[in-house]
Amino acid sequence: MGDLALLFHGFAVSLSPFNIGLMFLGIFLGVIIGVLPGLGAANGIAILLPLTFTMPPTSAIIMLSCIYWGALFGGAIASILFNIPGEPWSVATTFDGYPLAQKGRAGEALTASFTSSFVGAFVAVLMITFLAPLIARFALRFGPPEFFSVYLLTFCSFIGMGKGSPAKIIVSMMIGFALSAIGIDTVTGQLRLTFGFTTLMKGFDFLIAVIGLFGIGEILLSMEEGLAFRGATARINPKVVFQTWKALPRYWMTFIRSTLIGCWMGITPGGATPASFMSYGMAKRMSKDGDKFGTGVVEGVVAPETAAHAAGTSALLPMITLGIPGSPTAAVLLGGLLIWGLQPGPLLFVEKPDFVWGLIASMYLGNVAGLIVVLTLVPLFAAILRIPFSIIAPIIVVICAIGAYTVNNAMQDIWFMLGFGIVGYLFKKLDYPLAPLVLALVLGNNAENAFRQAMLDSQGSLTILWSNPLVGTITTLAFVLLFWPLISKFIGDLRAKSRRPKPA
Amino acid sequence: MTEMEGEGGRGVTFRTMEIVVSAIVLAFGATFLYSSYRLGFRWSSDGPQSGFFPFYVSLAIVVASLAILVRSIARHDAKSQEVFVEWDQFKRVLSVLIPAAVFVLGIQLIGIYVASAIYIALFMRFIGKYGWLRSVVLGIVIAAISFMMFEVWFQVPLFKGIWNPTAWTGY
Repeated sequence: MGDLALLFHGFAVSLSPFNIGLMFLGIFLGVIIGVLPGLGAANGIAILLPLTFTMPPTSAIIMLSCIYWGALFGGAIASILFNIPGEPWSVATTFDGYPLAQKGRAGEALTASFTSSFVGAFVAVLMITFLAPLIARFALRFGPPEFFSVYLLTFCSFIGMGKGSPAKIIVSMMIGFALSAIGIDTVTGQLRLTFGFTTLMKGFDFLIAVIGLFGIGEILLSMEEGLAFRGATARINPKVVFQTWKALPRYWMTFIRSTLIGCWMGITPGGATPASFMSYGMAKRMSKDGDKFGTGVVEGVVAPETAAHAAGTSALLPMITLGIPGSPTAAVLLGGLLIWGLQPGPLLFVEKPDFVWGLIASMYLGNVAGLIVVLTLVPLFAAILRIPFSIIAPIIVVICAIGAYTVNNAMQDIWFMLGFGIVGYLFKKLDYPLAPLVLALVLGNNAENAFRQAMLDSQGSLTILWSNPLVGTITTLAFVLLFWPLISKFIGDLRAKSRRPKPA
Repeated sequence: MTEMEGEGGRGVTFRTMEIVVSAIVLAFGATFLYSSYRLGFRWSSDGPQSGFFPFYVSLAIVVASLAILVRSIARHDAKSQEVFVEWDQFKRVLSVLIPAAVFVLGIQLIGIYVASAIYIALFMRFIGKYGWLRSVVLGIVIAAISFMMFEVWFQVPLFKGIWNPTAWTGY
């Protein structure tokens, strides 16, 4: 019950006029970021992060997380009206959203999408409210080996659960780790991997990598496709909103299923994008009108949007409780916490309850604010999308350059950003996933330190990763996930074999 | 022009790009592997040496990129023969990339504000094909807004370049 009191205290913190103002500002900026291709949640937050250094941490995280909610909402606008996913997780929304808009039912599609986003996020926040304190309390018992095994679990599940080629996932992740190791070794104080360049002494800041990979890389990709925006006009009037709301409860099963998929994919580092595809696929298979999917059915908008938001929100659960982000955007937020001197993880709940519960309360309020903002301002955001790309592109490049510079006030970072942009473009085109690279770059130092401390305790024996039931279970689970593709193939083969002798 | 369009049919295939990129990654991994080997990757009296973690990380890069390299050399299916970028697309990519690189060089010399104004104006004029007036006005407006935002309101000074053409503003 103490937690509930803390939550209400959190509401009190986040309901100050200053914080409410920041909330709406954050949502507004977030929707713009989500609407524009080339400016995603991860790099948008990375760019704005340095501007919040002078704010109190609670206000800063409220604004930044609201940018995130805004971006989640905004992605849908571009998908439905222009058939251009503003964010990767809204690709699945285009399948039915755009056909609906073409039929002149854009208002309905937008309302359905915003509402299902809201529902997905809301359930995920409820889950965070009740699970986070439990996980944090549990994780207080964690020592270095346990933490390292959780890191191991995160990274192994990327490789085992990822869709693409495991070799490419490993390459991308290990490049992240390698880049994080550049600079001064915090344990021995030795310089390493700088190859004699003094500029590399401080190492690579992951924010630069995020801005380059996702910002510049995305611009190059969008330019290659030669985007021409031709979209449906949108106006949402209250009548359409209420009519759609009346129809939505019919899809309660889709809501529940998509929320579950989303929460699960968000906590494990699957992320919002696969969650939205998976949820769309499941809805298509299980719905009565499955064969009408793709021609413009409301259910086809509900499913991916609910899951994407549930996943995007629940990605924050492992971030605040364990210090392990479930998505690149959560990783950027985690980087922000570190810069403000807050060590995310179980201790945060004990040491900074104000901050944690302020953040959780702002998730509730931010989503309500988000729903209001997007429902009322859709025409404005659609107008922003109509600005030609040849005006938007240079402005985004300028914003990225400013963002990269402000991270460390270093000119060389702008050059690094450009380099990361080219890497991002090539990797995207060749299906090297970028999320593992970013996560490894953020967590590299922590993972290495946890590993070293664990190894010091055990005098260099790897058996410490199985030294007690807790750490042993996590480590074993990590290896099961790592080899999951092989294991599931093996099980499949066994089944096929046992079936064969039976007469057909 | 015609000569360039003629090349559009051939272009670089996905297979070639896969090979090139994995070879670059391999070289990157090998450099890191050597560097961490030199640093010491074994155990000393006080635990793992500095190169321990990077050594295994770069070992993984080398092994995985070698696997990708070998597989992409052996691969000859339809997807691998597809063109990586059409010449037209590549021209559009370069039309963003090259100005962006010149822009970054510009920042180094004349600072973010002046470079942004010139960059936005020229980009709009020559790639967006807008009139001079609109392009120049928008460039200056954006630069002025960011100047006000960063220097005056947020008081986060940005890079003003080696030649510092905005020194007269006093910021």
